[in-house]
Amino acid sequence: MTVQQIIEQKLQAGFSPSHLDVSNESFMHNVPEGSESHFKVVIVSDEFATKRLIGRHRAVNAVLADELANHIHALAIHTYTEQEWTKLQEQSPDSPNCMGGSKL
Amino acid sequence: METVEKIQQQISENPILLYMKGSPKLPNCGFSAQASQALMTCGEEFAYVDILQNPDIRAELPKYADWPTFPQLWVDGELVGGCDIIMEMVQQGELQTIIKESAAKRAK
Repeated sequence: MTVQQIIEQKLQAGFSPSHLDVSNESFMHNVPEGSESHFKVVIVSDEFATKRLIGRHRAVNAVLADELANHIHALAIHTYTEQEWTKLQEQSPDSPNCMGGSKL
Repeated sequence: METVEKIQQQISENPILLYMKGSPKLPNCGFSAQASQALMTCGEEFAYVDILQNPDIRAELPKYADWPTFPQLWVDGELVGGCDIIMEMVQQGELQTIIKESAAKRAK
């Protein structure tokens, strides 16, 4: 299984999201072709309703702790409740461009 | 000094503190660049630590903070979050608020 599939599976199991989009953004960075180092997660779940932003991100980080420790170099996280997601018209922010830091 | 003590000292002595890759003028990572730019637009003085120059802090802070990635913004001794949280707070106008509130405490 690819790292991307593992991330998808764990988030699916952890949050029962109504929308989940895991994208491999490694190609945008200074890493070999085919790398699985930089990911962006957009996750919509009403389980976030009672949590502040930092709590939501901590929850996502906790579910992906193994992957973060061993595979993932950068993880952009965008968490929304159904209501927030509708309000945003189902658009999440783009990740910033690489500035070369992943080799350092 | 132990690395953890060094981190604790940095956090307690610098009420607005950004741990980042590179410096605000020469960031080495897009996420760190966004975070430091957002902080600069708040117009208050802040401290930063370049974790690329401080490998001990880079290794230790994620455990101490229970936060796996950089940048990390700390305000008044508390972790606010990373780049995505900072940017979302900018959108909501919340970043400016907490930075100004923190600075106002010291202006008294």
